[in-house]
Amino acid sequence: MSELLFFSLLNGIVTGLLLFMLASGLTLIFSMMGVLNFAHASFYMLGAYFAYTISLYVGFWLGLILAPLLVGVLGALVERYGLRYVHRWGHVAELIFTFGLAFLIEEVVQFIWGKETKAYHEPEILQFSLFTFFGQDFPAYKAFMLLVSIAIFIVLLLILTRSRIGLIIQAAITHPNMTAMLGHNVPLVFMGVFGVGCALAGLAGVIAGPALGTFPGMAVVLGSIVFVIVVVGGLGSLTGAFVASLLIGLLQTFAIALDYSVSDLLAVLNISVDAESALRDLWALSLPQVAPILPYLLLVLILIFRPTGLFGKRET
Amino acid sequence: MTDTTHLNGGEATAPLVKRLGPWIGLAALLVVLPMIFSTNSAIYTMNLMGIFVVFALSYNMLLGQGGMLSFGHAVYFGLGGFMSMHLVNYIEEEIFVLPIFLVPIFGGLIGLVFGVIIGSFSTRRAGTVFAMISLGIGELMAASSLIFVAFFGGEEGVSGDRTMGPNILGVDFAQDIEVYYLIAAWAFVTILLMYLFSRTPMGRMANAVRDNEERAEFIGYSQRKVRFISFCASGFFAGIAGGLFAINFEIVTEENLNAMTSGVVLLMAYIGGVGFFIGPIIGAVVFTLLQTLLSNYTEIWQLYVGVLFVLTVMYVPQGLTGILAMHGPAFRMQRLGILVVPYIRAGLPTALMLCGIIGFLEMIHHLRAAAVGETGMSLAGIEFDTHAVMPWVVVVLMGSVGAFLTKTQMPQLREAWDQANAPLASDKGVTS
Repeated sequence: MSELLFFSLLNGIVTGLLLFMLASGLTLIFSMMGVLNFAHASFYMLGAYFAYTISLYVGFWLGLILAPLLVGVLGALVERYGLRYVHRWGHVAELIFTFGLAFLIEEVVQFIWGKETKAYHEPEILQFSLFTFFGQDFPAYKAFMLLVSIAIFIVLLLILTRSRIGLIIQAAITHPNMTAMLGHNVPLVFMGVFGVGCALAGLAGVIAGPALGTFPGMAVVLGSIVFVIVVVGGLGSLTGAFVASLLIGLLQTFAIALDYSVSDLLAVLNISVDAESALRDLWALSLPQVAPILPYLLLVLILIFRPTGLFGKRET
Repeated sequence: MTDTTHLNGGEATAPLVKRLGPWIGLAALLVVLPMIFSTNSAIYTMNLMGIFVVFALSYNMLLGQGGMLSFGHAVYFGLGGFMSMHLVNYIEEEIFVLPIFLVPIFGGLIGLVFGVIIGSFSTRRAGTVFAMISLGIGELMAASSLIFVAFFGGEEGVSGDRTMGPNILGVDFAQDIEVYYLIAAWAFVTILLMYLFSRTPMGRMANAVRDNEERAEFIGYSQRKVRFISFCASGFFAGIAGGLFAINFEIVTEENLNAMTSGVVLLMAYIGGVGFFIGPIIGAVVFTLLQTLLSNYTEIWQLYVGVLFVLTVMYVPQGLTGILAMHGPAFRMQRLGILVVPYIRAGLPTALMLCGIIGFLEMIHHLRAAAVGETGMSLAGIEFDTHAVMPWVVVVLMGSVGAFLTKTQMPQLREAWDQANAPLASDKGVTS
């Protein structure tokens, strides 16, 4: 039992930090532009695919640097020539634009790379097990993912709170007009943050590609989960996004690891049920089964009872 | 209903024929269509079209008329479909006695029930909160449908046999054409009902809440109640569409209530134009045509649909209907003739450019997807070798020359457009 808890904890943290890399960009973009970017997870997918193609020619490590940069530039271009143009039609059009973009990017990825999963692997240097605990191996690549995520988190925090650029960004979020009056180019800041957010998503894709698989559906798998995190944590709150990422990461891994079902609970309470009734699926319901719906349940509950999210200050 | 027509004085005084004309025309069109297009594939396409028209119109009750952006509308469509499919099975097992053509109404009722349940908490706010809740509910339902196998049938879905119902007037729905008339009749009735709904005071208040919820509250309407009623009605009609789907295809799966279907209905409504009642109808017809016809010719039709969608959102947010409506003033002034030649002059090079782009994309797709060693491909009846240089030069030339010529034709098109739309008074001043 304890090794199960230990590994679930580690895996949950790895997943959570990976999710945070996506959620941090998304929540920053939202708090500045008021637009939930549906295509954010698509940039994550592009990161993985770019890195895969680059790694074929120059290896994993250059891909780790080049792919996020490429994705960032692409994101900035999308903001400059897409979102900023659509802005004139209002918020709903912007939301639909990013939705269409997500659809389009998935089609383009299938068009260029095909529908099958790509053989994108971690570098050989990291293909060993870091340590063995209660007879279970912990792969070094997961530790690498953990390190990169933590490093990104610290760098992001330092830039946002300690640097001049970070101050300008924070000012642009809360008082865009006043910041513009002081002579800062606010649209440029928006474009920059959008680009950096996309680059972060791309980086998450690069390191997640080998672990979670590089296939055209990878954006859909994570896309709505990231929304859940951003809403649960509170829109525009980095702390909230961090806490919610870990929460969702742990929730998912633990729900899969702990195999309890409703019938177990009923057995404890000494209630017997008819195995043939129409509700038999309800009694047989187990935690791993409901794991995929837990985040969405959380999302709906939060939106109903606390629309500001856990740490947010304003309503969605 | 009569109250509304009296309120809108202009419409009440309009001659009866003019008001009924479009509906008689629609009914006649629905009756005549299968006689013109009588092949099996045409009937199949038209059946799908009818289902999607109802679905897209029900979606537009939210987005276009109520200002609620939903990412989970397939939930009501899918649940209506599942319920109807179970009902068809019960009829087959003779637990119920019900003519098959009444089944969609039960699909609608289950849509309504879920609309009431989910609408009771999701319509408190419009905007992003509503969109997020709809997304969450959509994912929740899609995931649950794989868990509750007894009702949703797991990954295989639920299937049934529509021909086992009581035989009324010798119609047992064994033929697709009989299903066509069933769908056409339901489509006609639901289109009419949804149109009338949009004309009731309730429908007008939905528009008011969409445009300015604060003002709507000040004149004494609860924005939440108004949204809630629109939401329930929309769920009802989506459920009917789901029921029609179940009867037509005799199978309903998880795919019918997942995010993909929710996305498709948004796409249809938006491409057609959410600002017009007729918009989603046009959108559904165009999308179904693209889906069934284009997929015969190319494997990458979804890429084209995606490009079309993004371009629509960026440049024509009023949708295809909006483009048509733009020609209204010129049409009323009987100046459409001025535009014909400029349109042809700009249209021909644009077509050339599109041919070049499509050729280029298809060739890349062929390069990547074709079996190793197979280098020949045929496009629009022309056979060529994708590994030779010549075809590439041709498509790139077609694309770039077309683009250049299109650009040179733009000023004259704009001039003709301004001329056709110039106000009558100033126009008289210039000519006389």
